[in-house]
Amino acid sequence: MLSLESITKTTQDWLLAKFDPTIALAIECVIIILLCITLFAVLGLVLVLLERKVAARIQIRLGPNRVGPGGIFQTAADTLKLIMKEGLTPDKADKFLFNLAPFVVMMVAMLLLAPIAFAKNFQIWDINIGVLYISSISSLSVIGILMAGWASNNKYSLLGAMRSGAQIVSYELSAGFAVLTIVVLTGSLQISDIVASQENGWWLFKGHIPVMIAFVLYIIAVTAETNRAPFDLAEAESELTAGFHTEYSGMKFALFFLAEYINIFIVCAIGATLFLGGWMPLHIGHWESFNHVMDYIPSSIWFMGKTFFLIFVIMWFRWTFPRLRVDQLLNLEWKYLLPISLFNLLLVTVIAIMGWHF
Amino acid sequence: MYTETEIIKDTTNLGPEGELVVNMGPQHPATHGVLHLVVTLNGETIKKIEPHLGYIHRSIEKMCESLTYRQFIYVTSRMDYLSSHINNTACALLVEKGMQIEVPERAKVVRTILNELTRIASHELWIGAMAMDLGAFTPFFYAFREREMITDIMEDTCGARLTMNYIVPGGLMYDIHPEFQTKVKAFIQQFKEKVTEYEDLVTGNIIFQSRTKGVGVLTAEDAISYGCTGPVARASGVRCDMRKIAPYDAYDRVEFEEVIETAGDSFARYIVRVKEMNQSIRIIEQLIDNIPEGEFVGKTKNVLKLAKGEFYQRVETARGELGVYIVSEGATTPYRIKFRSPGFSNLSVLNHIAKGSKIGDLMASMGTLDLVIPDIDR
Repeated sequence: MLSLESITKTTQDWLLAKFDPTIALAIECVIIILLCITLFAVLGLVLVLLERKVAARIQIRLGPNRVGPGGIFQTAADTLKLIMKEGLTPDKADKFLFNLAPFVVMMVAMLLLAPIAFAKNFQIWDINIGVLYISSISSLSVIGILMAGWASNNKYSLLGAMRSGAQIVSYELSAGFAVLTIVVLTGSLQISDIVASQENGWWLFKGHIPVMIAFVLYIIAVTAETNRAPFDLAEAESELTAGFHTEYSGMKFALFFLAEYINIFIVCAIGATLFLGGWMPLHIGHWESFNHVMDYIPSSIWFMGKTFFLIFVIMWFRWTFPRLRVDQLLNLEWKYLLPISLFNLLLVTVIAIMGWHF
Repeated sequence: MYTETEIIKDTTNLGPEGELVVNMGPQHPATHGVLHLVVTLNGETIKKIEPHLGYIHRSIEKMCESLTYRQFIYVTSRMDYLSSHINNTACALLVEKGMQIEVPERAKVVRTILNELTRIASHELWIGAMAMDLGAFTPFFYAFREREMITDIMEDTCGARLTMNYIVPGGLMYDIHPEFQTKVKAFIQQFKEKVTEYEDLVTGNIIFQSRTKGVGVLTAEDAISYGCTGPVARASGVRCDMRKIAPYDAYDRVEFEEVIETAGDSFARYIVRVKEMNQSIRIIEQLIDNIPEGEFVGKTKNVLKLAKGEFYQRVETARGELGVYIVSEGATTPYRIKFRSPGFSNLSVLNHIAKGSKIGDLMASMGTLDLVIPDIDR
């Protein structure tokens, strides 16, 4: 009764009954935009706190514990601080691009929310080329980073932006090939089709070896794509102070920071959708009663659970590994990951053509 | 191409060949202090590194000239603040040598234990800081967990956690804390249990190994000609441990090995320091149950006066050979004092080992040189 699906349906029916269809659509758009922005703010607060708590746990510390019970309002307080701070623009910076860059990065992250299925039949835009849309939009984020690095008129920023450019362009390939593995097996680019194909078992657990390889490749590639440690060369605190956002302060810095966390959420959501069945509950073969119990857990909880599990894995990476060097980073992609993913794609194509998959 | 003598007046523009000149420091996360490196880059590749010093110069040597032989030791705690006990020991040893003061056995043994604890604390901090330079944050906290126990022991013993000022000419300032032995033993036990944790986290890590192996290679010849000492030189296969070459305090009666590696790269320097910590534990274990009873400070005159002449004393700090050179005119204060600090010589090798490598390698090379800027600048 209270599933997200029924709420959206009731709202739409009510709007259509009250207004004529054009106005109803406009109102729906406004509601969606407001919901997206709210989701952004909430995710930003939750993920930053989660990261600090995970880091503290790994590093035998307590983490934030002063603002609110267990420190849960710490990030809210931090946001307040960042809003009140002065947003400095360096004297010799390209002011237009400098101020535009955080919004470009942010906008790209926002656009990526559209095709993600948060729960059963709860999706902003079930576009028929969903996976292609995600791949193409996510590669735009590099423009914002390059813009920030160039416009700052700072050498550290420039170096960070150049690194980031090389890195994102390279790792996009591996991520793309990993995603294609699932597309080949499913035969569809549409997110809802991909989720539906996993009704009897998630792709990762169906026992296809190429899918397992693709999952590992995907996790490595998206960690690099989102500029997270051990691939955080664009920021590389100990080398480039803060990399491409060295000159940013106040809310403009916060937008970069927020976009980073939203990007992590999005790539993990996509990973969960493609490999871990999206909102599909866990079903094991013919265990009817077990499957039945699993069905009672709301689909949104399944989706968020899987996504946050992947987010935790990526955070775990960050607090465990040292950073790679820039040439090692590119070697890893072009000499190891790319050939493996090409071969993997070939393998999965053969499997799909011969009809060996299930 | 520019010659060595040319002064770069404007470092904001590109160099003559379109190189990028980046000022790393004096405020930079990886220089660990106020070191200023003018790095000439060609893309990511380093063409030249020029260290600029003087940001934390306090003219300690000049200050010491107006302080008496009891007073000037306190200033030396502020040089290499991570081995303040060892700095104090060097000065105390020199004054004792110059005045033929007899040091009680108890003081000698306690000094040795404290020196080794200081060495472990310094290396622990170094492991954490270097892992942080390479982008791994977690080892820092693991290393600090053990370092904290040492600073607690220091606090019990002499009231300070960083600048100890506990070792005076003739022995020690006070007797050791009654729980000193139990606490040190507890530390040894914890260290042996936990040291594997961050060794697993760092040493065996494939990214760490690929970041440090073959990076910043220093040959034995270069190590000698640049005057490198301590773990930096020992990682290149040079025997230079002052505790072996010129034993002082109780080092002549303990068994330990001088750790030597031959690769000369950043990884070898890392391994040398890790093994050195284990050797320090070995030294402490031999001494902790055998602290002789008796006086903790020898009989000294109220006013210390060094005879006319020149005196030199060298000790092994956590970073290498520290030399104290005093020219005395027979007064209560030194006429001229000079410290030979290990960090200065070790820093001078940076351009040599990091030239031609990437920016990331600079952090690995600089990190493993274990620079303490107040030690270099004094």
